[in-house]
Amino acid sequence: MALRNPSSFLNPLLFFIIAISLFPLAISPEAHTLSNIAPGVIWVTCMLAVLLSLNALFHTDYDNGVLEQMVISHHPLPLLLLAKTTAHWLLTGLPIVLLSPLLGAVLFLDNTSIVILMLTLLLATPSLSLIGAIGASLIVGVKNSGMLLSLLILPLYVPILIFASSAVSQAQFGLQITAQLYFLSSIFLLSLMGSPFVSALALKNSLE
Amino acid sequence: MPELIINELSCQKGYSTLFSKLSLSLIAGDILRISGANGSGKTSLLKILAGLNSAEIGNVSFQGNLVRSSEYQENIFYFGHLPALSPELSCQENLNYLANLQGGHTQSQVINALAAIGLKGYESEYAANLSAGQKRRVVLATLFINNAPIWILDEPFTALDTNGITALEAQINKHSNNGGICILTTHQNCNLSKMKTLSL
Repeated sequence: MALRNPSSFLNPLLFFIIAISLFPLAISPEAHTLSNIAPGVIWVTCMLAVLLSLNALFHTDYDNGVLEQMVISHHPLPLLLLAKTTAHWLLTGLPIVLLSPLLGAVLFLDNTSIVILMLTLLLATPSLSLIGAIGASLIVGVKNSGMLLSLLILPLYVPILIFASSAVSQAQFGLQITAQLYFLSSIFLLSLMGSPFVSALALKNSLE
Repeated sequence: MPELIINELSCQKGYSTLFSKLSLSLIAGDILRISGANGSGKTSLLKILAGLNSAEIGNVSFQGNLVRSSEYQENIFYFGHLPALSPELSCQENLNYLANLQGGHTQSQVINALAAIGLKGYESEYAANLSAGQKRRVVLATLFINNAPIWILDEPFTALDTNGITALEAQINKHSNNGGICILTTHQNCNLSKMKTLSL
């Protein structure tokens, strides 16, 4: 469905690419500076890109009534929402993971760090989609929500941001990063178990 | 006997009570028309019956299953104000999706349903390109496929032309003769046999 309306998923990705490409121009083309800020820059931009794509997660379906039919069908709503969130990740998180080596090279990250970057992105972007789905289902009926979604979700994203970018930074210095990877995995598992049910509950309430 | 029991249902919207202590039961073959002025609570009642809204007091059950349980939900088909169509999908794909949410079906059933509702030849047309009446026809085409015993239709005749209205009335009558229950609201006069009326 998204392939027939490519702008819906290309916009966040283009934002991701363009925003990161602006940093060398704005800050300094020096390799040392850029590789120091690279993990943080890539991760923050990734989160903002995912936030951009979340606004539309349920919006169209709510507007044209498909969401109503999903809520009242006898299929368990958490399962339907898990499917929707997976589709969202395939269209946002996965392309970001695949694009990250290119953007890591733009910011002069060395090869080991790029691998760790891809690993953290792979581990944590599903959590971003899952937690984002909770936020999106909370605001589905609100008109002019504007920054409300960001206000709701960014605090929940902060732990992921801290662990992920510190993992990549520490990898640059060759330090152990198993702790960060464990934390990211546990956040992923927790959100995988909790998010479908919480989103389903929020959605049912939003539709009343 | 399949029985839909509404027990002391009450509904509030904002500060006003739309209806309270509403009790009635419907058996197989009943067609219930809910009438009332705009704002009297018809859509709210239908939404409670469909499981979209929850009622503060009272409950609804079908064959002993409470509303919002999956056994209840697989027995109903709800058609509300919004045409439940994704604009990027074609008619056939939309129908497939809606029918999948309901239960099993075959491709030929989908195509026959589209033809029966007057949209033969539109199977690959994107839903975004259809007129409002045609969109409603696609969702009504689900009526031809699904096996749900209870139909909850909110103003189903809106935006339909005379052919569509006749086809829909025939389908509702057929459903009732087969032992199904239909609950609908409409402002138009309709030709349905065995119609009970509830005024809100």
